[in-house]
Amino acid sequence: MSHAEDPSGDRRDFLYYATAGTGVVVAGAAAWPLVNSMNPSADTRAASTLRVDVSGVAEGTQLTVLFLGKPIFIRRSTPDEIEAAQAVELSELPDADARNENIGTAEATVANRFVSPTGGEEIDPSAGGWLIMQGVCTHLGCVPLGNGAGDFGGWFCPCHGSHYDTAGRIRRGPAPQNLPIPTVEFIDESTILLG
Amino acid sequence: MLRKLAISTAAALALLTGAAQAAGEGGHVTNYAFSFDGPFGTFDQDQLQRGLQVYTQICSGCHGLQYVPLRSLAAEGGIGWSEDEVRAYIEQNFIEVYDEDLQDWRPAVPNDNFPANDSVGAPDLSLMAKARLGFHGPWGTGLNALVNGIGGPEYIASLLTHYTGEEVEQYGTYLYENETFEGGLISMAPPLWDDAVEYADGTPATVDQMAQDVAAFLMWAAEPHMMARKQMGFVAIIILGIFSVLLYLTNKRLWAPVKARAKGTQPAE
Amino acid sequence: MSGIPHDHYEPKSRGEKWLHRRLPIVSLLYDTLMIPTPKNLNWMWIWGIVLVFCLVMQIITGVLLVMHYTPHVDMAFASIEHIMRDVNAGWAIRYIHMNGASLFFIAVYLHIFRGLYYGSYKAPREVTWIIGMLIYVLMMGTAFLGYVLPWGQMSFWGATVITGLFGAIPFIGESIQTWLLGGPAVDNATLNRFLSLHYLLPFLILGLVIVHVWAFHTTGNNNPTGVEVRRTSKKEAEADTLPFWPYFVIKDLFALAVVLVLFFAVTGFMPNLLGHPDNYIEANPLVTPAHIVPEWYFLPFYAILRAFDQEVWVVIIADTLTGGIVDAKFFGVIAMFGAILVMALAPWLDTSSVRSGRFRPMFKWWFWLLVVDFMVLMWVGARPAEGIYPYIALIGSTYWFAYFLVILPLLGVIEKPLPQPATIEEDFNDHYGGDHGTPGSGTAASAPSPAE
Repeated sequence: MSHAEDPSGDRRDFLYYATAGTGVVVAGAAAWPLVNSMNPSADTRAASTLRVDVSGVAEGTQLTVLFLGKPIFIRRSTPDEIEAAQAVELSELPDADARNENIGTAEATVANRFVSPTGGEEIDPSAGGWLIMQGVCTHLGCVPLGNGAGDFGGWFCPCHGSHYDTAGRIRRGPAPQNLPIPTVEFIDESTILLG
Repeated sequence: MLRKLAISTAAALALLTGAAQAAGEGGHVTNYAFSFDGPFGTFDQDQLQRGLQVYTQICSGCHGLQYVPLRSLAAEGGIGWSEDEVRAYIEQNFIEVYDEDLQDWRPAVPNDNFPANDSVGAPDLSLMAKARLGFHGPWGTGLNALVNGIGGPEYIASLLTHYTGEEVEQYGTYLYENETFEGGLISMAPPLWDDAVEYADGTPATVDQMAQDVAAFLMWAAEPHMMARKQMGFVAIIILGIFSVLLYLTNKRLWAPVKARAKGTQPAE
Repeated sequence: MSGIPHDHYEPKSRGEKWLHRRLPIVSLLYDTLMIPTPKNLNWMWIWGIVLVFCLVMQIITGVLLVMHYTPHVDMAFASIEHIMRDVNAGWAIRYIHMNGASLFFIAVYLHIFRGLYYGSYKAPREVTWIIGMLIYVLMMGTAFLGYVLPWGQMSFWGATVITGLFGAIPFIGESIQTWLLGGPAVDNATLNRFLSLHYLLPFLILGLVIVHVWAFHTTGNNNPTGVEVRRTSKKEAEADTLPFWPYFVIKDLFALAVVLVLFFAVTGFMPNLLGHPDNYIEANPLVTPAHIVPEWYFLPFYAILRAFDQEVWVVIIADTLTGGIVDAKFFGVIAMFGAILVMALAPWLDTSSVRSGRFRPMFKWWFWLLVVDFMVLMWVGARPAEGIYPYIALIGSTYWFAYFLVILPLLGVIEKPLPQPATIEEDFNDHYGGDHGTPGSGTAASAPSPAE
C-alpha cells in the first residue's frame, strides 16, 4: 500500500487501532446481554423463598418438598433416632462440620443439626426434633433414600453407596460431606420458611 | 440506482406499514401528549401510580391483568414501589390468585401475576396498549409513532372519554355509543365519572385525568421495559454511529492510494 | 477455488506445513478472504454482508429465545410475555429477532433487485442465482413458521390461511394440509412442528449460503459494468480487482454499521412499527381478526395469490380446459409460486448478451417499472380484496409475469445496447480519473459511485 498519500504513518495506525478497538467494544456490548439472558430470570430470582405447612408431619415420617429445583427433606425425628445420633462420637464422623447454613461453621453435633420443636436451643431427645436438610447426596447429586435406609438407620444413596446416619451425617461411602441444612426458620408452630 | 432504490424503499415502507396497520383501527383517537411519547419520553411515576389506583378500584372489577407480575410494581423504570409497598398493596386490596397445586384461591405473593378476570368476558388488559393502534400517519407509514407513540394508550384514553351518552338495546343487552370504538357500539358501560377515585396526591380526579392516567398505566403494563428499550436505542445508535464514522475514515484512507492511482497522479508502485 | 489468477496461501513454518498437508483449512480461509473482487463494485454490493450478518444475528437471538419459549398452545403466548418481562434483556432479544426478520427481507429484496438490474443472474452465474432463489424461498418459509410461534391472533390465522393454500391442490390437497398441520386444524401439533422446522431451516439456509458464496467465488463477482475480470494474466487480473480483505470487508462493515444505526433506531424507538397489533392478542380459534394481513415481506406474492379470482379470463380458460381441476383457488396458488419460479428462471429468459442494465437503454425503463410494480403489489396486498384493489392486483401481477416471460426475452432481440467499457480497470479509472465528463467516460457518467 502506498504511504505517499498519508505522510503520517502514526495517524493512520491510530485510526486503524481506534476502529478495531471500537469494533471490540461494539461486539462486547452486544455479547453481554446475550450471555446474561441465560442467567436466572426475574421470576426465578423472586422465587427464592418458600413457606411449607408441616402440621401434617407425624413423628418418624418425612415430607419432601421441591425448593429451588432441589428436594428438601423435612423429617420429624423420633427420640430413638436422636439418641442414636447423640451416641456417635464426633471423632467417628468423616465430616465433623454441621453444614448448617443457619449457624455457619460449627461442630456436627445433634444440637447443630436438629431444630427443637419447642423452639429452644437445646435438643431434648424425648421431645423429638426436626431435621430439615437438602436431599442431595454430596457426592454426585443423587437423591438419597430415606426412612431408615442404609447401615446407619438414616439415608442411603443408591448411586454410589453413601450411608448417612439419623442426623443426615455421612458415615461411609464416597460422599465427602454431611447433607446440607438450608436457611430455614419456623414462622409459627406449623409453618416453616425456606430461604 | 442507489438513490432511486432508497426512495422506492422508503415509498414501499410507507405503503406497507400503512397497510399492515389497517387493522386494530377505531374511530376517533385524540392525540394525548403522554410523558412517554417520543424517543426521549419517560414514564411519569406519579401518573403510573394514579393509573394503578384507577385500574385497581375500577377496571379490575371486570378486567384482568394476567401477564403482569405483581413484583414488577417494584421494578425499575415503572411504578417505583418498594417490595414492602407491593406486599401492602396486595394485602389492602385482598388480591388472590388461583393456585393449581392447592386447587383453591390463596392470597397472592409478589411473585404471582395480577389475577386474570373473565367474570363478564371482558378482555385482559395486560397488552391492550400494544394491541390497539391509534396512529397510522403520515400517509399510512405509521412513522409518526416515533413522535407520538403507537397510539395504544391514546386509543384507550379516547375510548374512555368518548362516550356519547346514548344507549341502544340489542337482543336484550345494552350497548353504549362510543366515538372511538370500532363499530360505534360497545358493551362496556361508561366506567368513569368525576371523582370516581380519590387521588392521594390531590390531583383532581376528572374523567379526562383518570382516563389518561389509566392509559399510561396500561402502557407500562404492556411494555414495562420501555425506558430500558429507549436507552438501548440511544446507546446502540451512539456507539454504532461512532463506529461507522471510524469505519468511514478507515475505508477512505484504505482506498485513497487506489483511487489516487486511478487518477493518474500517483504512479503505480 | 477461483478462476481469477491470484496469490495463494503458501504454508511457511513447519507447523503450517504440517497442518496444510493434513487439512488445508488455512488455505481455504485465506483464498476465501483474499478473493480478487472487482474494484468498481458500488454500494449495492454491500447487501450480501448485511444478509450474512442478519442470518447470524437471527440464529443467535433465536437460539437464546428458544431457551425460554414453551411450544404449547396454552403456554406459548405466556412464555413470550415471560421473555418480554422477566428474562434478562429478553425484550431486547425478542424485539431484535422480530425486527431482524424485517431487516433480513429488506436486504434480500435489495440484493435480488440489484442482481436483476446488473444481470448478475446471467451466465456463468446461473447456479449462484438459483441457489439464491432457494435461500429466498427457505427464508420465506422460516419467517412464516416463526411468525406462528408467539401464538397471537395473526399467528394463528396466518397459519390457517397459508396452510389452506396447500388445501387448494387438487385431489391430494386436503391430505397434504392435514399432514402439514398434524390434525384437522392449526393446533398444538402444528405449533410443535413449526418450532422444530423454524429451528431447522436457518441451518439449511446457512449451508446454502456457503454454497452460494462458493459458486460466485468460482465465477468471480459480477460488477456494475457486467464486464468480466480479465483472467489472461495475473497482472491484468490485479488491475481489475482488489483483494476482498481489507478493501471490501471494511467498506461492507461501514455500510453494515450505518444500516444497524437505522435498525436500532426502529428497534429502540418503535419496535412494533412493522408488527401487527392483533398479535398481542392470544390466539383464539373462535374469533377471526377483521383483516388477516401477512407480514409485509409476503405482501407482493399475497397480492398475486389473490389477484386471480374466478372472473379473470385465464382462470376461466384454465378451469374449463382442466374440467374444473384448476379452479380459481388453485390457480392463485400456482400463480404465487409461479411468480417466484419465473424470477428463478431469469437466466434463461433474458436473451440479451449485455449483462449490466447500465448499458441497456430500454431495459432500464422496464426494470424500474418492475420495481414500482413490486411496491404496488405490496401495497395492494394489504388492502381488502374489494372495490378497485383486485384490478390493481391483477394488472400488477400481469406485469410481473410479462416482465419475465415476454419483456426479458424480447428486449434481447430488439434493444440496441450502449457501448461498454473494455475492462473494469477502464471503468474504475474513468470514474476516478482526471478525465471526467469526456466522451470516453460517458457510459459511466450516469452510474452511482463505485466503491466509496
